[in-house]
Amino acid sequence: MIMSVPSLSTRELTIRFGGHVAVNAVSCDFHPGELTVIVGPNGAGKTTYFNLISGQLTASSGIVTKDGTDITRLSPSARAGQGIGRAFQLTNLFPQLTVLENIRLAVQARAGQGWRMFRPVSQFRGLTEKAEHYLERTRLTALAHQTAANLPHGDQRKLEVALLMAMEPDIYMFDEPTAGMSLDHAPDVLDLIAGIKSDPTKTVLLVEHKMDVVRALADRIIVLHNGELLADGDPAEVMSSQIVRDVYLGNATEETA
Amino acid sequence: MTNQTGTRTTTGTLIVKGTVALIAALLLFAPFLFQDVRSLEVAARICIFIVLVASFDLLIGYTGIVSFAHTMFFGFGAYGAAILLKQMGPGWTPVLLGAVAGVAVSIVFAVAIGLLSLRVKAIFFAMITLAAASVVLVLASQLSHLTGGEDGITYKAPDLFKPATKLLTDADGKVLKVFGVRMNGKLAAYYFVFASCLVLFLVMLRFTVSPVGTVLKAIRENEARAEAIGYRVVAYRTFVFCLSAAIASLAGTVYAVWLKYTGPDTALSFAIMIDILLMVVIGGMGTMWGAVIGAVLLTLAQYYLRDLMGAASAALEGVPILPELTAPDRWLFWLGIIFILLVYFFPKGIAGTAMEKGARS
Ligand SMILES: Nc1ncnc2c1ncn2[C@@H]1O[C@H](COP(=O)(O)OP(=O)(O)OP(=O)(O)O)[C@@H](O)[C@H]1O
Ligand SMILES: [Mg+2]
Repeated sequence: MIMSVPSLSTRELTIRFGGHVAVNAVSCDFHPGELTVIVGPNGAGKTTYFNLISGQLTASSGIVTKDGTDITRLSPSARAGQGIGRAFQLTNLFPQLTVLENIRLAVQARAGQGWRMFRPVSQFRGLTEKAEHYLERTRLTALAHQTAANLPHGDQRKLEVALLMAMEPDIYMFDEPTAGMSLDHAPDVLDLIAGIKSDPTKTVLLVEHKMDVVRALADRIIVLHNGELLADGDPAEVMSSQIVRDVYLGNATEETA
Repeated sequence: MTNQTGTRTTTGTLIVKGTVALIAALLLFAPFLFQDVRSLEVAARICIFIVLVASFDLLIGYTGIVSFAHTMFFGFGAYGAAILLKQMGPGWTPVLLGAVAGVAVSIVFAVAIGLLSLRVKAIFFAMITLAAASVVLVLASQLSHLTGGEDGITYKAPDLFKPATKLLTDADGKVLKVFGVRMNGKLAAYYFVFASCLVLFLVMLRFTVSPVGTVLKAIRENEARAEAIGYRVVAYRTFVFCLSAAIASLAGTVYAVWLKYTGPDTALSFAIMIDILLMVVIGGMGTMWGAVIGAVLLTLAQYYLRDLMGAASAALEGVPILPELTAPDRWLFWLGIIFILLVYFFPKGIAGTAMEKGARS
């Protein structure tokens, strides 16, 4: 099969913290219309890999490209401007602002209106309407005027996802979006992810442990372990491979330890 | 009820806004309501400090930037006008040029400090502003041929503001009195201060609710996430630092025109920086209303607490200990106590705490 230019690609991507190599020479391509689930035990380097792609951390060596352009040295805001969007594993909101204000900030950034200063934000009806649209889609409308810090954990996780949705990126990166979410909340988020996946122009990266979620959504699975890319391929094949069983049973050969 | 910007309207909010409206009315009619020289002096100082504190609040309350260089910018504006008025003689040109020069120097300094250090930890940034302010203070006293050193500079304001100027005359050609107030240059000077400060305050008020204002709050709340959703945090911080510096500088120019004297004590000293900090803490950070309330309360206390205590001390004559405790010389001690109580009962400042109180209406 002939593949298009990858929308996102990492080449020999590596980061060291002192002597510890948290992500070790990971090379991987991601394509539009594809949802890749990233699995691996705790401390495997999944979140760190995300940080290298979205710019919270800068690589020690190796490169990250978006649509063929090198973005390895760009700031997180510049990468967001290039269409890389990220939701965080640890909820990372604007705590004293309302739910609506939180989302409107993301909408405003996407619309490139963040430097407007001569009119009140309330006059930018388009921004508020779009924010309300994303409130609706994440089923947070009833909580629009609550302060983010006062939301129950599950709703904070939804707001975390809503911020990413409102960025309308090309690349969606979800880091355990349903972790700690109750069973009645998780489907809202999973439906959203399924919705994005059905758009052939969007690329989705998803860190997820729950096997039923993986099975339902994954087009492809990659396995990280001790910062290295251990396996990459068709979900059913990867999940049934010996190597993954070893990793999850914790008796993989640990040369790096 | 919730308005369009998503802020909740509480009874506390209504009380705070009502208080600010009352203060605005009192300042507007101050020359007619308080007909003595000292009161007008206090009213003008309140106007200036409202702007100074509000512009400082753009940094500390809205964006979460701690700076100790705010009086430095105030001083640039004041000395700019003062030096030019001294050298060129009274007139509007030196005032205008002084304002422009003050703003220009302030922005150059703000950009330099901002680009050098807004990327580093907040504590380093605060230290660098402190160092810059100290250097400028020393420079101002060293360059005495220009700045008058410790003695400062005395000069004349534009002719319009001369006490002898008659704005309106009666049938005999004497200065007209309206409700007992002379329509003279002093009155014009006060309204120059009042109008300038009102305009600057309204500009800031509008700025805080603009899209940029929302980004500043986002940076204060969670810098990393603001960056992650696409805002260049360093650019926004540098920008707001420049804006607040420019406004402080303009306030300095206005104050210099009003006082007809500029020296380290009125425009540059760290005592002013401490006043600004106290006002912003007393009033409440992150609300423009807090700046108004803080500036009014502290200025009134500084001017009238001594008088009040003198009266109390005299009234308590003969009672043991009490006259001693309320002796006017102890006013700073009482100010300290009042400050501690305020911080204890209003942890977010008077406006900040009050606006959270009261039933959501
Ligand atoms: N900033 C940092 N400084 C030092 N070490 C770090 C840093 N960030 C991550 N690490 C280390 O890198 C390793 C990988 O961490 P990472 O958070 O990427 O794992 P993960 O796969 O996301 O795990 P989890 O499933 O628990 O979320 C860990 O050993 C962690 O301690
Ligand atoms: Mg993780």
